[in-house]
Amino acid sequence: MAITPTRMVLNQLKGRLKTATRGHKLLKDKRDELMRQFMDVIRKNKELRARVEQGLTEAFSALTVASAIMSPEMLEQSLLYPRQSVELGMRFQNIMSVNVPVYSFKTRSEDSADIFSYGFAQTSGELDDALTRLGEVFQDMLELAQVEKTMQMLAQEIEKTRRRVNALEYVMIPEMQENIKYISMKLEENENSTKVRLMKVKEMVLQKAHNFQY
Amino acid sequence: MLKIAVIGGRETVMGFKALGLETRPAANADEARRILHTLARSEEDYAIIYVEETFAADGDMAREIARYKDLPKPAVILIPGREGPLGLGQQALQEAVERAVGSDIL
Repeated sequence: MAITPTRMVLNQLKGRLKTATRGHKLLKDKRDELMRQFMDVIRKNKELRARVEQGLTEAFSALTVASAIMSPEMLEQSLLYPRQSVELGMRFQNIMSVNVPVYSFKTRSEDSADIFSYGFAQTSGELDDALTRLGEVFQDMLELAQVEKTMQMLAQEIEKTRRRVNALEYVMIPEMQENIKYISMKLEENENSTKVRLMKVKEMVLQKAHNFQY
Repeated sequence: MLKIAVIGGRETVMGFKALGLETRPAANADEARRILHTLARSEEDYAIIYVEETFAADGDMAREIARYKDLPKPAVILIPGREGPLGLGQQALQEAVERAVGSDIL
C-alpha cells in the first residue's frame, strides 16, 4: 500500500470518502430512475414493434399480390416518381441528462390519400391498397424509430451509471475505508511508541538526578 | 432538413418510395453495409435509416449497425422484409435490456 500514514493524508481521505459516499447515493438514485424510464420505453417498444411488423407484413403481402397482377415494369414505373415527400424535424429531449431524439414530421401534402403517384386506370387496386397500408404503418414506424433510439441511448447510460455505482460501492469506498483504518492504526502506534520512549527517558533522567529507583 | 432512408431489397424498398422516403435498394448484405456506411457519414443529415432485417443477419452488417447505437443520429431501425419478421428486431430489444440490466429479465 503506497500511502503515507500522516494526518494530512488521513484528512484528505476522509474528505474523499464523504464525497464518494454522496456520489454513490446520487448515482444510485439516477440509476433507479433511469431504470424506471427504461422499463416504460421497453414496454412501448415491444408494442410498437409488434404493430409495425404486422402492418408491414400485411402491406407487403398486398404488394406481392399487386406485383403478381401487374407487370414488373409497370409496377416500377408507377412508383418511380413519388408525389409525396416527408420532411423530418428532430429535437432533443432530456431524460435524466440523456439526450434522446424526438421526431416530428410533415408530409408535403396534408391529405394522406395523396400518395398515389400514378393514374388509377392502368394499375391494379391491390397496389392502392398496399400503399394505403404502408402509409398507415409509416406513422408507427416513425414512432418506433424514436422509441428504439431512446431505448438504446438509455441502455447505454444505464450501463455507464451501473458501472460507476458498482465501482464506487465495491472498489473505491472499501479501499478508502481500508486506507483510513490503516492510517489511524499507524498513527496510534506512533503515538504509543512516542509515549513509551518519553516514559523511558523520564525514568533515565530521574535516575541520573537523584538515584531514583522504582 | 433531416432525411429518412430505407435500405432493403428492391421489392421491399419500392413501396416506401411512394411515401416520399429516400430508398436505396441493395442486392446483398455487403452492399447494404456499404450503403449504410455512406449514408451515415454523408453531408446530408439522415436521422432515421430503416434497414431490412434480412441484411442485418450478416455479421459485418450487424457490427456496422451496432456502431450507430450510441450516437443520437442516425437511428438505425430494423424492419421486416417481404418474408415476414425474422425476430431480429425483437432481439435488438433484448440486447438493450441485457446491456442495461446485466441480464435478460424479459
